[in-house]
Amino acid sequence: MVKVKEKAIEGFLIFCSLITVFTTLGIIIVLATETIKFFSEVSIIEFFTGTEWTPLFANKKFGILPLVCGTLLTTLIAISVALPLGLTIAVYLNEYANQKFTAIVKPLLEVLAAIPTVVYGFFALTFVTPLLQQFIPDLSGFNALSAGLVMGIMIIPYISSLSEDALRAVPKSLREAAYGMGSTKLQTAFRVMVPAASSGIVVSIILAISRAIGETMIVAVAAGQEPKFTFNPLTSIETITTYIVQVSMGDVPQNSLEYRTIFSAGMALFIFTFLLNNISFWIKKKFQQKYE
Amino acid sequence: MSNSQLNRLKDLAFKIFAIFCTSVGLIVLVVLLYVVISQGLSRIDWDFITNLPSRSAERSGIYTALFGMIWVLVLTILISFPVGVCAGIYLQEYGKKGFLTNFIEINISNLAGVPSIIYGILGLELFGRLLHLGNSILAGSLTLSLLILPLIIVSTREAVKAVPKSLREASYGLGATKWQTIWNVVLPSSFGGIMTGLILAISRAIGETAPLIVVGALVYVPFVPSSPMDEFTVLPSQIFNWVTRPQAGFVTNAAAAIIILLTFTFMMNGIAVIIRNRFNKKTKF
Repeated sequence: MVKVKEKAIEGFLIFCSLITVFTTLGIIIVLATETIKFFSEVSIIEFFTGTEWTPLFANKKFGILPLVCGTLLTTLIAISVALPLGLTIAVYLNEYANQKFTAIVKPLLEVLAAIPTVVYGFFALTFVTPLLQQFIPDLSGFNALSAGLVMGIMIIPYISSLSEDALRAVPKSLREAAYGMGSTKLQTAFRVMVPAASSGIVVSIILAISRAIGETMIVAVAAGQEPKFTFNPLTSIETITTYIVQVSMGDVPQNSLEYRTIFSAGMALFIFTFLLNNISFWIKKKFQQKYE
Repeated sequence: MSNSQLNRLKDLAFKIFAIFCTSVGLIVLVVLLYVVISQGLSRIDWDFITNLPSRSAERSGIYTALFGMIWVLVLTILISFPVGVCAGIYLQEYGKKGFLTNFIEINISNLAGVPSIIYGILGLELFGRLLHLGNSILAGSLTLSLLILPLIIVSTREAVKAVPKSLREASYGLGATKWQTIWNVVLPSSFGGIMTGLILAISRAIGETAPLIVVGALVYVPFVPSSPMDEFTVLPSQIFNWVTRPQAGFVTNAAAAIIILLTFTFMMNGIAVIIRNRFNKKTKF
């Protein structure tokens, strides 16, 4: 009797962990079936090469490049803020700061990642954009620049905390050897510690990029809803995620072609982040240095 | 200037730059809080909390959004907590290093990286249309549950992993079965860690906006939901709606609602820290 009960419990536990597998399958099946229906009406070539995205207008064009462009633009701005700041903070906390300082600053920075993203959207739209307009008069009210900058601040802790963890995992002996050779802290940090922790640092950067690509509310609030094939950060653009929100908020009839566009756009987004996640997983497995 | 002097100068320059970088992050945090509080604090009063949404900014309140949020959170906890903890226990205690466990692990780390809006699309099709739940509280809660499941599983595993082998062996030695050991020994001693993970996951769910908008959390809901099948709105989507309106009064409303949302988020994170510290002190292995 006890044995039967044990088996039943184990079966239930397996089922619970399989739910995560079903989730992935569900995502892929849902996106794929609707995307296939979408491509039965729209040519794939137009989708990937067209430079106009106007599914909600009378003259419908289905080129996803403007959305991809908007997504990459905001991501690029965010990473160029978060990468130098995050990495410098990680090196500083690991190499220079005393433990007490690190113990206070690290969780404080992590608060940045705990704040709901709609709050950042509010901040970008009502504070950062007006502030930037003082210096850049032709900055439009919705723009990629302030959304990207604020997103960059948001993802700092992803890079700083995870890179710091990676740096901390490097054995002390390496650092001491560098000191013994007469290196300064700066030389030790960038010529010994950072290279030794490089796989962990790269993984943290990829995670931050994938976060930025999938980020929705900041760009939906502050970057605008005009799909444009441009890399000009001063104008209003639209990202893939914003487009999905825009359609969800409107009253597009279900099963229409317009409705299916959110699945094809979602598929593009999913493939982007899926590739990035797997690259980071592979790097983690392949290049993780094992120190004894 | 000699080479070593130059190196020392570079060292100092980096140190100053690094302190600057660290302060940028913290200063933005302070400015953000200041902007929100200075704009919204004066708007918060009892009426703001108990009023229904309205066309005029001055008479609008967050009553329905607040109750919608509580409904969604309670259901999300009820759904995701048992499933997540069970899955975490399976992977850590039962899962042998085989194909299945490995596959599930890779899958979970992948799921954690899927953008939240994709979960919204899944919820829209699977729960909204296939299971005919429409844009109900239940559909929203199921979607959020799937979203935070990886977080709960990972933190449960960490907590269970920290329980020392000797405790388990003592239990087996007394003749307990595997499940009895888990139920009577492993779970009680990892309770603090599991709770911490759960609360952090809930704090994440509170702030999620995008997936609920896609599933169909309405922006204007003039009544308080009374069953899981009712339509709903939550605080973040109410904020989103107010931010995107041009009239100045609504921006003030948004700031006020943000103060309340942040209070929830910070409270959750604070509780998590307290529980972690208390259980860390209490359980000495």
